[in-house]
Amino acid sequence: MDGEDAAMAGGTSGQAEQAIRLRDLQFSWSGRTSFRMEVPDLRVARGEKVFLLGESGSGKSTLLSLICGINAPQRGTVEVDGTALGSLSAAARDRFRAERIGVIFQMFNLLPYASPLENILLPLSFAKARRARVADPRAEALRLTAGLGLEADLVCGARASELSIGQQQRVAAARALIGGPALIVADEPTSALDAARQGDFLDLLMQQTEAEGATLLMVSHDARLAERFDRVMDLSQVVLTSREGPGAGG
Amino acid sequence: MLLTALAWQSLLSRKITVGLTIFAISLSVALFLGVEKVRTGAKASFADTISDTDLILGARSGGVQLLLYSVFRVGNATNNVTWESYQDIASRPEVDWIVPISLGDSHRGFRVMGTTTDFFDRYKYRGGRGLEMAEGARFDDLFDAVVGADVAAELGYETGQEVVVAHGLASFTEHDDKPFRISGVLARTGTPVDRTVFVSLRAIEAIHVDWRNGAQIPGQTVGADAVRQMELTPGAITAAMIGTKSRLQIFGLQRWINEYPEEPLLAILPGVTLQELWSLIGVAETALVGVSAMVVATALLGMAAMIFSGLAERRREMAILRAVGARPWTILGLLSLEALLMAGLGVLLGLALLYGGLLAGRGWIDQSFGIYLRIGAPSPRELAVLGLVLLAALLVSLMPAWRAYRMSLSDGMSIRI
Ligand SMILES: Nc1ncnc2c1ncn2[C@@H]1O[C@H](COP(=O)(O)OP(=O)(O)OP(=O)(O)O)[C@@H](O)[C@H]1O
Ligand SMILES: [Mg+2]
Repeated sequence: MDGEDAAMAGGTSGQAEQAIRLRDLQFSWSGRTSFRMEVPDLRVARGEKVFLLGESGSGKSTLLSLICGINAPQRGTVEVDGTALGSLSAAARDRFRAERIGVIFQMFNLLPYASPLENILLPLSFAKARRARVADPRAEALRLTAGLGLEADLVCGARASELSIGQQQRVAAARALIGGPALIVADEPTSALDAARQGDFLDLLMQQTEAEGATLLMVSHDARLAERFDRVMDLSQVVLTSREGPGAGG
Repeated sequence: MLLTALAWQSLLSRKITVGLTIFAISLSVALFLGVEKVRTGAKASFADTISDTDLILGARSGGVQLLLYSVFRVGNATNNVTWESYQDIASRPEVDWIVPISLGDSHRGFRVMGTTTDFFDRYKYRGGRGLEMAEGARFDDLFDAVVGADVAAELGYETGQEVVVAHGLASFTEHDDKPFRISGVLARTGTPVDRTVFVSLRAIEAIHVDWRNGAQIPGQTVGADAVRQMELTPGAITAAMIGTKSRLQIFGLQRWINEYPEEPLLAILPGVTLQELWSLIGVAETALVGVSAMVVATALLGMAAMIFSGLAERRREMAILRAVGARPWTILGLLSLEALLMAGLGVLLGLALLYGGLLAGRGWIDQSFGIYLRIGAPSPRELAVLGLVLLAALLVSLMPAWRAYRMSLSDGMSIRI
């Protein structure tokens, strides 16, 4: 428990210079699909902004769910911020995710019945350390959304379902950033936006990630967005995928 | 805290389906508790039909039968009690008071009961309430009659009106040579008294002096005036109500009557026999409770179905919660909490409906059915039922909640719609 709690405490410990490290990993979905992936070695350095490129169905979302500890690999290790997720209990993994990782999805990021502000504050109630880092959650949420170009009365007043898709994505970004998690994971956050707004959104996201000193891992199948990032990884080069499951006869 | 706030907001966002579900639950709860109230009310009213009478005396038959014909005016006595036996019992030292009852005749579907004016003082119901005259006075003259509230209402009778008593219960031969005059109308009691015509015991004798074996003796008719001169001592009565001087003497007197050597007699304790009678009706009672329990179960299943059908479109909600750090158990808890909130609101609204309905309708129910419904805090039994509803809601919600739990595990981070 001590080890887990230390891992939970968060902050930048400094020892691990890798934000993400995957080794000898092997994963297959249990179910009817026979999708199987292997990752021999994947590293993302702390503070790096990495663009992960891969075509549809290549396993991008699956890889992210492994990094976030929502799914567990059959073999190999996933280390985030120096902590091996496999060494944590399921409950501790959920807490670890809450503390260390901010997630942005492609679309439908928000609880439709809650206000944008409540959506932004949501992770704080699952993450004690993140909560402890912000003195005034509301003010912090407004600071982040202001940085992302959203007006305060829109954030506090409206319902999440009343926002445009671009606004929703910015609220989701603020939710991922609040409380300063070490890692921001974005799964095609711009694919629902038009080209002009994709650029705007990415610039704001990068700016804020940098300001918070976080690592950014973003996946997309749209190579045009790659140039703004520190590094571009092609999924087909780091991940071996196959359609045949182990033991699946054909 | 957070979970409650989320559950609450999620419910609010689905006002219409949630509202209807809550309404269905509240109706079922109100129905169940209402049936429960009416059931206990009916049972109490039933047990309250006669009180303060220690023993009922009749010819030997079944106890329930004796109660039925003497108190409820249902069925017939197979035998009578001779006047001599009645006198014997009346003179026992334990007897504080005794009121004779003579049944057998009718008036337009209502039973006619011969008794003494003591009846109006001794007959008590609903825990010691006495009879009151709504109009007029007790019978005084030989051919005076007092009618119950239902008799007066249904036949439109007022004091002073003349009525004719029919011989037997369903016959066309009438004692039309000796008409009665209504001297008074009783106030409503909600007991069989309301459906009875009261005359004096002597009057019963008077209309039968010239009758033998169910027919008037030809050539020997006695006029109404002539009969007044006669000594009208009854040969027999149907039953009698007895009060003892001390409650301790009831069983002794009962045994004495039951072992009376001259004639086979029976004395019953009305309270005990009422309970016996109620247990016979109890089957219907159980069926009623069963049906209303099924209604509650249906409403809860409806709620589960509603949660189930909402799951598909709430999959992304689950994925979002998982992504921000919620445990699968949190999601299970969220859905169960929603169910509990709905059931809780349903129960509260159901109670409001019930008490509103009771306040509005109980006067009318007492008037029309003679069932007096008490309004009080829910009984422990009712509270237990309400607790059970909440528990059942929780259990029922586990089905969809478990499914959501599984989904939140298997979907991973991908948002599926
Ligand atoms: N929950 C699941 N259960 C079983 N199989 C799954 C599940 N999610 C994804 N898969 C399978 O894993 C493979 C990779 O899916 P994944 O969602 O990771 O692709 P992706 O690269 O994110 O695609 P896209 O660009 O369309 O989002 C697919 O073949 C899919 O069928
Ligand atoms: Mg994907």
